[in-house]
Amino acid sequence: MSHPANATAFLKDQSRAKWHDETLWIVRQKRDQTIHAIPEWEKLRDLASQIKEHTLSKLDFYLEELEKNASANGIKVHWAENAEEHNEIVGRILEEKNCKAIVKSKSILTEECHLNPYLESKGIEVVDTDLGERIIQFLKQPPSHIVMPAIHLKKRDISDIFHEKLHTEKGNEDPVYLTHAARLHLRSKFLEAKVAITGVNFAVAETGEFVVCTNEGNADMGVHLADTHIACMGIEKLIPRRKDLGVFLRLLARSATGQSITNYNSHFRSPAPGKELHLILVNNGRTKQLAREKFRNSLKCIRCGACMNTCPIYRRSGGFSYGSTVPGPIGSILSPGIDLKKYSTLPFASTLCGSCSDVCPVKINIHEQLYEWRQEITKAHGTSAKGLSMQLANGIFKSPLAYKLSGKMMRAALKNLPESIIYNPLNVWGKSRNLPETPAESFKDWYKKNRK
Amino acid sequence: MKNDAPHIGLFIPCYIDQFYPNVAIATLELLEKLGCKVSYPLHQTCCGQPMSNAGYESETCGTTEKFIKDFAEFDYIVAPSGSCVLHVKEHSPSIPKLKKNQAYVQSRIYELSEFITDILKVDSIPGSFPHRIGFHASCHGLRGLRLASDSERNDPGFNKTLQLMKDLSGLELVELSRRDECCGFGGTFAVTEEAISVQMGKDRIADHVDKGVEFIVGGDMSCLMHMQGIATRNRENVRIMHFAELLNQAIS
Repeated sequence: MSHPANATAFLKDQSRAKWHDETLWIVRQKRDQTIHAIPEWEKLRDLASQIKEHTLSKLDFYLEELEKNASANGIKVHWAENAEEHNEIVGRILEEKNCKAIVKSKSILTEECHLNPYLESKGIEVVDTDLGERIIQFLKQPPSHIVMPAIHLKKRDISDIFHEKLHTEKGNEDPVYLTHAARLHLRSKFLEAKVAITGVNFAVAETGEFVVCTNEGNADMGVHLADTHIACMGIEKLIPRRKDLGVFLRLLARSATGQSITNYNSHFRSPAPGKELHLILVNNGRTKQLAREKFRNSLKCIRCGACMNTCPIYRRSGGFSYGSTVPGPIGSILSPGIDLKKYSTLPFASTLCGSCSDVCPVKINIHEQLYEWRQEITKAHGTSAKGLSMQLANGIFKSPLAYKLSGKMMRAALKNLPESIIYNPLNVWGKSRNLPETPAESFKDWYKKNRK
Repeated sequence: MKNDAPHIGLFIPCYIDQFYPNVAIATLELLEKLGCKVSYPLHQTCCGQPMSNAGYESETCGTTEKFIKDFAEFDYIVAPSGSCVLHVKEHSPSIPKLKKNQAYVQSRIYELSEFITDILKVDSIPGSFPHRIGFHASCHGLRGLRLASDSERNDPGFNKTLQLMKDLSGLELVELSRRDECCGFGGTFAVTEEAISVQMGKDRIADHVDKGVEFIVGGDMSCLMHMQGIATRNRENVRIMHFAELLNQAIS
């Protein structure tokens, strides 16, 4: 996995890359408009950050409280140490119900656990019911964004996919027409499914309930029609009290899409008579991240995706360039915790501009953690050519004479060498940029003549 | 120069020393025109940021130690680069044997416009610069040192650098469509992520060019060097200028 190589490939299609950048920038602008209508926005961010800080500091306590209260409400609570255990629990419940087709509402956790291929290998039909998710499911692609999973596709692409899969009119790109076709298609799936799977946006320890936020109402449609509801959550999705919820609901939709609130914020507290409600609490590396002091607050993330929309790198390289379930800035600090080697280029896929940290509704210091991961990665890689050049650089910069000589040599070289040597394939800077014109003397030389 | 004027140590980042001596000269002259006593320690080299941002912070102890020794004797340290100042403040490795001096240096180092507004308490600079300019807010100054409010946060709007230019006669400041987007330089990022870096630079320049600016003005030569490199290669009709040069030229 190499982000630079993937990004270079993405940028080859200039018009699509430009469109991708502009589309996400529109979302960022919508977000700006709504947050500027909230005078206490920064206070809300502080509050949310502190609530999460507190929760993470007592995560064991609140998880047990959640389990106790949810169980008392009639919810069957399961614990999964990793993705495999999570998938097995889901598989076992479906087996008990003799269920061969399920509907699922968008859940990045089930993506992270690769639930779909697991269930499909057992002969179970999985239908993602979020419109964007369904589109990429037709293409056998993962989401390219955690909130807008099909944001990398244009209307024309969707028209072509629907023509092939749902037999819509060829070339008809009308969103109303296409959405209607999707609705009819999904309706039949909703009616067939005996089990519905959803993610969880917030679980409330105090009341033993959880909240699912969608814009399409698809989670509710699936859950209400099915006999069994399985909700899957990462253990960090916890908040202590129901009264904390308002803080996060105000931040989530505004940060994600610029809406003042998500269309459907559905609370699930206990199963309806004759039905079953399961809640799976998944660790999958989260307690490991919790133990890493410098990176623990990445677990505050409420998955709004705002850092992706604002990130100038994400906008110009697309979600797939990151090769991880959660892409973009937040993914670049979560993924190295899962596999440092595989994701070693991600913390470098940033200019450390800091926009992600300032846009983050729970104030995760994302760009500072990117910097910290860089230090960890170079340590883990041991002595490399780059490491040696850095030691050499330190040798130059700690010695004024060495600095002066190398500076002089560099300026002389740039001045006197023919352009064909300066602008060669090994000079990556010069591929699309000119080098600065070289002055006759350094400032140091000037200062000695004019001020000393 | 006032006799009781604080003694300023001028920190000129390595690439400005080597490639943009005019920016350093302008910084020195501007501070002198504002009544400051300025010295340039001749043995200074670099702050260590290029190595640290590449993941080799631990390899910069020698460079950092040298920096502290070069600047510990001054009342203030001033540099025409938000990025390098931020590095010294936040990312230089701790040198235990120089703990006190390091803390002193870190608390006394200022970016140029920050020093003029916050320490010299200069509200604006009188003079004239009859040109249409676009301002490139460099990320490390903007979101690291908070030299201005950014568009992500819901804070009262301010900009320490532009504040200094607000009374220059003839100066026309254009509003960009993306006020504070990164230019794509990012130190070693410019090389390791070459394609994106160049694309970001092109987009950033286009925002200025589309608004018909004569000068792209900023506070970090590294961002400006990157944009200048792209603008020159693509024969864009726009010039690049550090605000120290602008103010030094405009001041009356």
